[in-house]
Amino acid sequence: MSAARRPTEPSGLERYYVLTGGRSGPAGSAASLDVATLVVARTAPSPGMQHEHQEILRRCRDPLSVAELGAHLGLPFNILAVLLSDLLQAGRIEARDPIPAHDAGRGTDLALLEEILSGLQRL
Amino acid sequence: MDFKGFDRPGQPGGGPTRSVKVMIAGGFGTGKTTMVRSVSDIRPLTTEETLTQASADVDHLIGVADKARTTVSLDFGKISINDTLTLYLFGTPGQERFWFLWNGLFKGALGAVVLVDTRRLASSFRAIEEMERQKVPFVIALNVFPDSQDYPVEEIRDALDISPHTPVVSFDARDRAAGRDVLVALIRHLKDHAAAALEPR
Repeated sequence: MSAARRPTEPSGLERYYVLTGGRSGPAGSAASLDVATLVVARTAPSPGMQHEHQEILRRCRDPLSVAELGAHLGLPFNILAVLLSDLLQAGRIEARDPIPAHDAGRGTDLALLEEILSGLQRL
Repeated sequence: MDFKGFDRPGQPGGGPTRSVKVMIAGGFGTGKTTMVRSVSDIRPLTTEETLTQASADVDHLIGVADKARTTVSLDFGKISINDTLTLYLFGTPGQERFWFLWNGLFKGALGAVVLVDTRRLASSFRAIEEMERQKVPFVIALNVFPDSQDYPVEEIRDALDISPHTPVVSFDARDRAAGRDVLVALIRHLKDHAAAALEPR
């Protein structure tokens, strides 16, 4: 990542304000986005879209986590979440949350834990 | 050029379709970043959160000029479990007082590893309390530093005041296989946890 795109640059907050239209957090369904939520594009970027939206669609041809996307784009989580909520509402991306413990700990999801175990043991 | 979302029949695709999250917690300097680095398949990355919600408290402090630079970082890595499942590892921010900012930081987590430096047990007390408060199942991993003394595990368990059911393992955070074994211990613990929850009372 080039240094100019780091969120710590002095003009950072102003840049974020412009990117999000002054919104500090996502609305609606995107409010539940997790750093480990996977995002995948449903459409190709179209001309005239905001640059960051295009960039997200390009990078999410294959599913990518919100944390990886944030690191690649040099955007902090809450700013990225706003941009993702725009794309979710427009139906341009799909998001899938990480499987949490309270689901994994029940019934058939013991199978998930087994799956993780065998994956780790192959490392 | 097809965009079919997560479910692509007959085509494994280039990315995972499911994810799980494991938190690596512990006091400052206990080796969280080192562990993430040694077990991750990728070079660890950093994701950041701006302190917009804390600005009301920050405003009157000295160093207001630095406000725009105030970020909390999470180092993270990932392990491909198989073609469709990826395990993400997140090291918690060193400054524990900022944990509240991470909306649901632990909420979606499968479980946590709490790293402990046996030379400075107290530095991980806060992390242990936090896991207990948030009801995140965890294992204790004693990161063995070259000058660490060999304490009996039971002594450490007493000193940390943790439940007898919580596994305590020791390892070297720099060693990939050792880090992997800690994760295996965590997943086994989660299985026990799940089995116990299924038992009729």
